[in-house]
Amino acid sequence: MTRKQRRLVMIGGSLAVLAVAAALVLSALRDSIVFFSTPSMVAEKHIAAGKRFRLGGLVQPGSLKRGDNLAVSFAVADGSATLPVAYKGILPDLFREGQGVVAEGALDQSGVFRADTVLAKHDETYMPKEVADALKKQGHWKDDYGKPSASAEPQPAQGVMR
Amino acid sequence: MIAEAGHYALVLALGLALIQSVVPMLGARWGDLALMNVARSTALAQLLFVGASFTALVMLHVTSDFSVVNVFENSHSMKPLIYKITGVWGNHEGSMLLWVSILALFGGLVAAFGSNLPLTLRAHVLAVQAWIASAFYLFILLTSNPFLRIANPPIEGRDLNPVLQDIGLAVHPPMLYLGYVGFSISFSFAVAALIEGRIDAAWARWVRPWTLLAWIFLTLGIAMGSYWAYYELGWGGWWFWDPVENASLMPWLAGTALLHSAVVMEKRNALKVWTILLSILTFSLSLLGTFLVRSGVLTSVHAFATDPARGVFILLILCLFIGGSLSLYAARASSLKQGGLFAPISREGALVLNNLFLTTACATVFIGTLYPLALEVLTGDKISVGAPFFNLTFAPLFVPLMIAVPFGPLLAWKRGDLLGAAQRLTAAGIAALIAIAVLWAWTRGGSSFAPLAIGLAVFVIGGALTDLAERTGLFRLPFGTTVQRARGLPRAAWGTAFAHAGVGIALIGIVCETTWNSEYIGTMKPGDVAKVAGYELKLDDIGQRQGPNFREMVARFTVGLDGKSLSVMTPSKRNFTTRGASTTEAALLTRGASQLYISLGDIAADGGIAVRIYHKPMVLLIWFGPVLMAFGGFLSLSDRRLRVGAPKPAKAARALQAAE
Repeated sequence: MTRKQRRLVMIGGSLAVLAVAAALVLSALRDSIVFFSTPSMVAEKHIAAGKRFRLGGLVQPGSLKRGDNLAVSFAVADGSATLPVAYKGILPDLFREGQGVVAEGALDQSGVFRADTVLAKHDETYMPKEVADALKKQGHWKDDYGKPSASAEPQPAQGVMR
Repeated sequence: MIAEAGHYALVLALGLALIQSVVPMLGARWGDLALMNVARSTALAQLLFVGASFTALVMLHVTSDFSVVNVFENSHSMKPLIYKITGVWGNHEGSMLLWVSILALFGGLVAAFGSNLPLTLRAHVLAVQAWIASAFYLFILLTSNPFLRIANPPIEGRDLNPVLQDIGLAVHPPMLYLGYVGFSISFSFAVAALIEGRIDAAWARWVRPWTLLAWIFLTLGIAMGSYWAYYELGWGGWWFWDPVENASLMPWLAGTALLHSAVVMEKRNALKVWTILLSILTFSLSLLGTFLVRSGVLTSVHAFATDPARGVFILLILCLFIGGSLSLYAARASSLKQGGLFAPISREGALVLNNLFLTTACATVFIGTLYPLALEVLTGDKISVGAPFFNLTFAPLFVPLMIAVPFGPLLAWKRGDLLGAAQRLTAAGIAALIAIAVLWAWTRGGSSFAPLAIGLAVFVIGGALTDLAERTGLFRLPFGTTVQRARGLPRAAWGTAFAHAGVGIALIGIVCETTWNSEYIGTMKPGDVAKVAGYELKLDDIGQRQGPNFREMVARFTVGLDGKSLSVMTPSKRNFTTRGASTTEAALLTRGASQLYISLGDIAADGGIAVRIYHKPMVLLIWFGPVLMAFGGFLSLSDRRLRVGAPKPAKAARALQAAE
């Protein structure tokens, strides 16, 4: 083979691999990305039942109910709308009423958001970025959400340990 | 006083870096030996001053000097000593100081051990190294000064984020940074070669050990981070395709490609232009990783504080270095001479294939990581790209790569014999088919994908063994000769075999864990028994305990198998009063390569406690594989060929050496 032919083989091979990769990426992007919504966006857009999305907002104070066998229900609010959420499993360490949360799942026929993942937050100052942005946009942002409170007492949700 | 001294040392280091950025370049241009040699002294002095600065910060943390903001915000007087030290880099400012310290360390190493480098090349390399260092010193001094004081010092600090109060913090960030920053050396060498317009096989021989060293640390750093997340976060997951993880995976993929293309360049003097490009891309991806993690565009445990000024500054550094080096590449790459010829089927061809798949896989990770950010900036839509995307794109690209891995070392340079290689791999192929058949029969009705993937892993491991057997003449020659040959085998050959086998072993772990993982999630009361994968776990009692800076609730589980009691596991939940935060401390019981994993949830009103129990078969192989890869890397690094140093390339260079 001449130098030119060899180079053609190489370039052809590379392009073939890149084409396959591009096809994989495009099909995966179509099928596996998940959009983010807040309760009021859900109300506006009429998201179909069964379509997966991420729901973000604040956990409505007083809405947390623990059922049998790790079933949990709570409501997520963003100031103008609320959406009931049902989840089965263990909530992250820092899940608290009145704080930001992101849950992934889909709506069921009755309009309840069935979450299969409730995202873990890593420390008490962490407000999921999507939630913070969405709240700011709607004017419900309070400046002290993101600030570390030096004198933070253990929150009531943790109180069961005492 | 210590804080001011540390700050001052850092400013001095910046001054030295600025001198080192300019003077050696001028020296190289004018052919002035004295000016070129400035690079060596400044690089060593820089290391000294940054080291002093870093030591100052460590001392401030150890003595709990809360008049310094950084110590106040991230430390507590009751914190155990080890976490006072590791807490130094458990925050944004301190971790950036660690970053530049390691950068200075690598610069110092080149200065100290680079005496066999041509003087102009060394001057250029150290100058480029100093550009990077100057940029990051400025970043620290202007936006993230760790030595700021508080006017009215508080009595007590705010404590370190509890998740970070773990031995993992002592190992994971330094290792990862040694990897990230280590790639700056190959970047500096690449830019120096472009400036000089000259590159040869000797260049690759100098670059390869540095790349290998960085790659070893990055491999260990990623593996350690993964294991840390696995036992600390309490979810039993070891890889989440989180943007921060991807940020470390991308330089690893590019670095692995670079490692292999540098071999072609060293042995055959081919793929020069490509190797240079990979060196630039690898470090660019390291910088991108630093940007993603440190700028606050992403929220995660790694993003300590979000300050827009910092993000913009790092973005500037990023654009400057990536844009600058790529422009230089575009302008000068064509002047580099083409190297040796080779047929598509040859060792070179196999390494090109390796590079092709690794860089393509890297590109898919890049798209998956940055597409959501780009979309948000462009359209305002918020999306998340999670594990399904990466499983659909990354995995299919890795399968052909894994099939090709055993063939590579068996092909000859220049022109290889694919059929011959295939014949020699018959044993490995048969082993793989047996593994598939046995697993298929054993797990009937289960996933058909898992046996195939494990067969592939067995093929890769078998291929590595075949390579060694072929080279030593095992089973063909008398045993004595084989042993003798094995002794004489270059350590790099052993390194290759170990590293490739490590890939196979990690794959077995990944497939077993994801396919045959069993879990129990439920509420348990004292006396209850949970059955997971044949094990009986009885909850004995729940108690309270006081730690140095936390209170914890500890549950005792007795683990039994077939009626016999095996061990006791004590998972706990810690409550850190200063931050009002709690962490889950999972309990692990290792059985061979498999593990039982218990983590606790909240206590319900009726006194039951929520528990997660997992049985993870072969899970330890996931991390044992990378350790084996790193071990292979160390073997290769200790190869005589790399220690002895390269032959002197040109007369001119030799004359300069003699004059030194």
